[in-house]
Amino acid sequence: MPGTWEVRLSGSGGQGLILAGIILAEAAIIDGQNVVQTQSYGPAARGGASKAEVIISPEEIDYPKVERPDVFLGLNQESVLKYMTGCKENGLAIVDSGLVNHVPPSKARVYSLPITETARKQVGRELVANVVALGALSALSNMVSKESVTTALLRRVPKGTEDMNRKALELGFGLAEQALISAVVGEN
Amino acid sequence: MSTEPRLVQGNEACAEGAIYAGMRFYAGYPITPSTEIAEILARRLPQVGGKFLQMEDEIASMAAIIGGSLTGAKVMTATSGPGFSLKQENIGYACMAEIPCVIANVQRLGPSTGVATAPAQGDVMQARWGTHGDHPIIALTPSSVKEAFELTVRAFNLAEQFRVPVILLMDEVVGHMREKVTLPQPGDLPVVDRVKPTCSRENYYPYKADSDKTPPMACFGEGYRYHVTGLFHDESGFATEKPEIIDWQLKRLHEKINQHLDEIITYSSEETADADLVVIAYGGTARAVSRAVKLARQEGHKVGVFRPQTIWPFPEAAIGELAASGKKLLVAEMNYGQLLLEVQRVAAGRCEVHSCLQSNGELTLPDVILTKIREVYEHAPGN
Repeated sequence: MPGTWEVRLSGSGGQGLILAGIILAEAAIIDGQNVVQTQSYGPAARGGASKAEVIISPEEIDYPKVERPDVFLGLNQESVLKYMTGCKENGLAIVDSGLVNHVPPSKARVYSLPITETARKQVGRELVANVVALGALSALSNMVSKESVTTALLRRVPKGTEDMNRKALELGFGLAEQALISAVVGEN
Repeated sequence: MSTEPRLVQGNEACAEGAIYAGMRFYAGYPITPSTEIAEILARRLPQVGGKFLQMEDEIASMAAIIGGSLTGAKVMTATSGPGFSLKQENIGYACMAEIPCVIANVQRLGPSTGVATAPAQGDVMQARWGTHGDHPIIALTPSSVKEAFELTVRAFNLAEQFRVPVILLMDEVVGHMREKVTLPQPGDLPVVDRVKPTCSRENYYPYKADSDKTPPMACFGEGYRYHVTGLFHDESGFATEKPEIIDWQLKRLHEKINQHLDEIITYSSEETADADLVVIAYGGTARAVSRAVKLARQEGHKVGVFRPQTIWPFPEAAIGELAASGKKLLVAEMNYGQLLLEVQRVAAGRCEVHSCLQSNGELTLPDVILTKIREVYEHAPGN
């Protein structure tokens, strides 16, 4: 995982994107990287389009905002339309297949994954969709190690929810693996 | 506190810096984007024997910390633009009655309620002149999470040393940003306490100062009884209208700061020695400027950065030196030109002064600043 990673996580208020950004940043600290995490959101606590951004780098980080994402996550339609622009060529874009119908043209590799559906059906709580997404994007990008993101997650979540969150994260890793297998099959 | 690096938010660094400095009384009325300071202190202050008061509004918050400070506590409040406006009257009272206190203003886009969650730097002149009458003020402005901690500690030290309100002028970018930081351990940074009187209670004059112009301050509740007022007063603290005493007091209030400018004013200066253009920026904007200057250097332009940490009193001597050396200056800020006015005043026609101003609720992009830097070069005589 060398070099600088610019990561933009977007969705609607209440989907836990800022928390996902914090956990990703803390995982990168465990890996010994420098990080900056910022956010942009409206005055409402729910709905709309909000984003959390993380920059991970072995170097000192000057400008704290993401200009061209290496990794993009979109958990609702509005945020994908508003924030997916500018993804780097060979970047990675992950959108929620159940909540995002239209993906604008992008130079990034786009993965449409059933993130919220997995949280709802396999964990029983839509609440952990952010953690499923965190698992998927860290496994697809390798920008942080699985061990570090697991440790960072378990340090942050409330007591009594560790098993549910760990399960959600591992389901996210699983979505990534399936997506990579299908991509290889597709290329052949 | 852990010696391990961890992810810390700017507002959290401010709250922890305040506790590190010995702040034990907070009164406030939460407002975005400063709310985390109140939220964290509501939890942390009881853990260290301090008190947290949620007040009915910002005016009362400011009044409460003035009262708290008079009992000997180190005190603070935090707010944003709309609340900062409300605090102004009592900030003036603290200037006049010489009450140490710290006011954090995490700037958001104004005027009025503006945009609650959007960054801006539109309160630079309000920090200087928001309260009426001639008065000195100290305002510090951090541009990283680490610096938010350090300058908060410094704000308390200066408030205690000079018996003045100190404004910690943050912005939404620095307040809400999280960075990897190892917070200082006890003893790493100096912590200053106010000087108390050593004379007997009968001989105590609350506003009698020696040559450094800052009088020792007695705590209410320790037996020293004295009068505190926002009216002009003599050494005893009682009101006066005598011009010669008014003159003495107002001059002293200014001299106690102006005699110590070298101690109070700090700034960071990067690559200015060989530069023919120096960009002046502070707070969140300085982060965009750092990037832009690196890119400009790669293009072969000799550009440096001057970043004031003390924004008031204005670093007049340092900027004056840059102007006298004939370097071009470029002021980048998230407002329509507030620090720019000071830079122009100090430059006084001795050098070109350019500006890159933006006030639309977004942090200025490095590209916008880089474009401006290129323009300054392209329009230079001889090109």
